[in-house]
Amino acid sequence: MRHVISVHDLSVEAIIDVLDRAEGMLATARGEAVNDSLRGKVLGSIFFEPSTRTRLSFETAMSRLGGSVVGFAGTEATSVVKGETLADTIRMVSGYTDAIVLRHPREGAAKLATEFSDVPIINAGDGAGQHPTQTLLDLFTIRQEMGRLEGLNISLVGDLRYGRTVHSLAFALAKFGNTINLVSPEGLEMPDEVIEHLEESGQFGTACHAPEQVIEKTDILYVTRIQKERFPDPVEYQKVAGKYLIDPELVSKGPERMIVMHPLPRINEIIPEVDAMPQAKYFVQAFNGVPVRMALLSMVVGGA
Amino acid sequence: MSDKYMKVERIEHGTVIDHILPSMAFDVLRVLGLSSDKTMSILVNSHSKKGGKKDILKFEDVELSAEEANLVALVSPHATINIIVGGKVVRKFNAEAPQVVRGILTCSNPNCISNQNEPIITEFKQSDDGSHRYICTYCERDIIDLAKMIGT
Repeated sequence: MRHVISVHDLSVEAIIDVLDRAEGMLATARGEAVNDSLRGKVLGSIFFEPSTRTRLSFETAMSRLGGSVVGFAGTEATSVVKGETLADTIRMVSGYTDAIVLRHPREGAAKLATEFSDVPIINAGDGAGQHPTQTLLDLFTIRQEMGRLEGLNISLVGDLRYGRTVHSLAFALAKFGNTINLVSPEGLEMPDEVIEHLEESGQFGTACHAPEQVIEKTDILYVTRIQKERFPDPVEYQKVAGKYLIDPELVSKGPERMIVMHPLPRINEIIPEVDAMPQAKYFVQAFNGVPVRMALLSMVVGGA
Repeated sequence: MSDKYMKVERIEHGTVIDHILPSMAFDVLRVLGLSSDKTMSILVNSHSKKGGKKDILKFEDVELSAEEANLVALVSPHATINIIVGGKVVRKFNAEAPQVVRGILTCSNPNCISNQNEPIITEFKQSDDGSHRYICTYCERDIIDLAKMIGT
């Protein structure tokens, strides 16, 4: 594996390989074992956009493997504000480091970076485009909690139009054979190309506007944030957000085996009372970013 | 009718692109990016023998390569290319939409990195589902209204 750019590039075998390696990293990720296989290696962590989990978990992953991190989060103190192209920034950082993790506000930025870098590029989110490491940690969490990646009934809930994580996740889940339900407010429905892909592969379940309609058959309730800025009228936003509130009553209607996931940050779509329920797995999911990113770093930097 | 009143003169040597979709001749010219001091004839909304309308382009003393000719299919899929030598058609073929288009087109996604001031050439690949959609190599989005995205 050289670059990690898009979930479309990953075969089922490659995904399983990453997840298996991530499982082997769990003890080190928790600090219960020591692994310094990347000692002396340097990761370039360049984030042109805000990030909490992705940046910190990559940096933690590199540290847990004995490597070090250089980079920036935000462009204020860099030459980017002077108008430096992404191509030049990448050329420069690739000379300093053994791999680059890149987040950028423009779609296709990671693909461009591969053309100017001598070291592997890992896409940590480019605009509304791909965020493959999020997808991998989602799959890792699903497999960890459910014991398998196929034959599951998954309900994607919230802003399915603009949420990049749900697009990547839908494509990835469709590689394994699942039933995928789409629950979103009007106007924030899943883009046609994703729906067509699910239909063609026979994995399209139900599309509806209320989580209650699918909760009883759901194995995985994957919730995403509904962004206020999508609604010109704040009253309309409040009305819609209220209908998509995940509370203990709704969670209790699901099967006993059901789990609740969320890529975080959440604002108020899952109310805090759900956190204590055994179904709540979103903080486990956030932690899983570390072993999954350790696995990826050991593959692209360490050549494992 | 005498030659004096012919709409478009016959050419001795060059290329005729026939069966261009009506009113698409100017888009074909843009996609070919031809700038020539040779005579060029453009016939728009001409009556087709098969019924309906079509556009025709004639280039004197210019022989389009197959690669250039195939670009025509981007905006007019059923166009035919005729290479004329000594007043006779020596080669005739259909334009076939190229698998990959480099340069020429601009991505219709304004947030695509290829629309920024980066030192790259745009690249689009034809979708593999036979729908003749072109997908940006960078942002993976379909190009929307392809004719409008020529060299913009």
